[in-house]
Amino acid sequence: MTNLLEIRDLHKRYGTVEVLKGVDCSMRQGEVISIIGSSGSGKTTMLRCINMLEEFQGGTISIDGQEIGYEAVGGVRRRKPEREIARQRALTGMAFQQFNLFPHMTAAGNVMLGLVKVKKMSRDEASALAEKWLNRVGLLSRKDHYPGQLSGGQQQRVAIARAIAMNPKLMLFDEVTSALDPELVNEVLQVIKGLADDGMSMLIVTHEMRFAYEVSSRVIFMNQGRIGEEGDPREMFLKPKTERLAEFLKNSTFN
Amino acid sequence: MDFAFLDQLWAARIPLVRGLGISISISMLSIAAGTVLGVLVGLALTYGVRPLKWLVRGYTDFIRGTPVLVLVLASYYVLSTVGVDLGPFQAGVLALAVFCSSHVGELVRGALQSIPKGQTEAAKAIGLTFPQTFAYVLGPQALRQALPAWVNTAAEMVKASTLLSIIGVGELLLSTQEVISRTFMSLEFYFFAGFLYFVINYGIERFGRYVERKTAVPS
Repeated sequence: MTNLLEIRDLHKRYGTVEVLKGVDCSMRQGEVISIIGSSGSGKTTMLRCINMLEEFQGGTISIDGQEIGYEAVGGVRRRKPEREIARQRALTGMAFQQFNLFPHMTAAGNVMLGLVKVKKMSRDEASALAEKWLNRVGLLSRKDHYPGQLSGGQQQRVAIARAIAMNPKLMLFDEVTSALDPELVNEVLQVIKGLADDGMSMLIVTHEMRFAYEVSSRVIFMNQGRIGEEGDPREMFLKPKTERLAEFLKNSTFN
Repeated sequence: MDFAFLDQLWAARIPLVRGLGISISISMLSIAAGTVLGVLVGLALTYGVRPLKWLVRGYTDFIRGTPVLVLVLASYYVLSTVGVDLGPFQAGVLALAVFCSSHVGELVRGALQSIPKGQTEAAKAIGLTFPQTFAYVLGPQALRQALPAWVNTAAEMVKASTLLSIIGVGELLLSTQEVISRTFMSLEFYFFAGFLYFVINYGIERFGRYVERKTAVPS
């Protein structure tokens, strides 16, 4: 059986600065992987490469056996056509640190846009699905509210509903609670936890160590553009093998 | 105000109404053409490939740095020397439309660039192509952003339409001056013309406010 996600020797440079120096990672259907590490370690960049929000210069990323973003034509590596990249992006769903809801659309409108324009659903179908997912994140009663009328936690839950309604094979969470007031963090984490319990495959970049510990089936510790250590959350958090991880955990909020 | 003015006003109603009509036509045509062209300019400035961007940047900087009157005169007198023979009305509208386009282009560029990058990323992340992202996410936000400044530009174009009197287009100012040269009631008729310009611009401003209210996003 092919892995859901297969990353091979991923290299990413900004100019001369190499931020990913050869990352290998594979992920099975239904796994929940948390990516931790200090800022600048490349965790967010790695996530963004997976749906081609960042270009990458070397290595391959495949989802369900499909190579993402690039193809080799006659031995030359080339960016795939934009239309194809747009289609591949729909394989994954993404939630952002800053929510990035469309401010001129209601909560339901935000969820429906991709369903109608990308999945080509009728407005009725899309509306029903939007209601289902808004209900799922506990915001059905807010479906006609605009983002400006919602709290940060509510906006983030709508953003998650918008991503998940597209029925992605893999959900990417990029520090989704970092911009939230502390009392709003939990409602968002609960939603993610619920999705994990449903068997959704997820890659979660997070600074919430306690959450990573509880929700993940596996944890990846990124360190200076490479995977520093990975494994079972209990072992990693309680008995870190590398000094870097031990030090990182000591300075984190886990304890 | 005595009745002599009202008598003269009545006597001059036909040239004045015609002048008003021509002023309105000049304004509407140049605003419409300038806006369409300006949106293209704004798109090129924001998303164009580098040579195109430089070219369009040169165009807007050049046009915006030139007095409108010079554009009007150039359009009428210079174009004919290179074999493009436009009547005064056409030449004038062309000059104003070009002027308008450079301003609208800057408005559109500013509005598009003020939209956070996260909007484009979120649109990409749900699989929208760039044209879709523009049509449903960026465009509508830019439109709201640019509307107030666009209303200002439209009002400026109405005022700039008076410059066409210099090349002999019988718009409101020129017809007013002709009436004054017959009646010598300069104060009254200039005031009256000023009042009409005010009414047009007030109408544009109210319309802008109305659209702003209609498209406002609740928060």
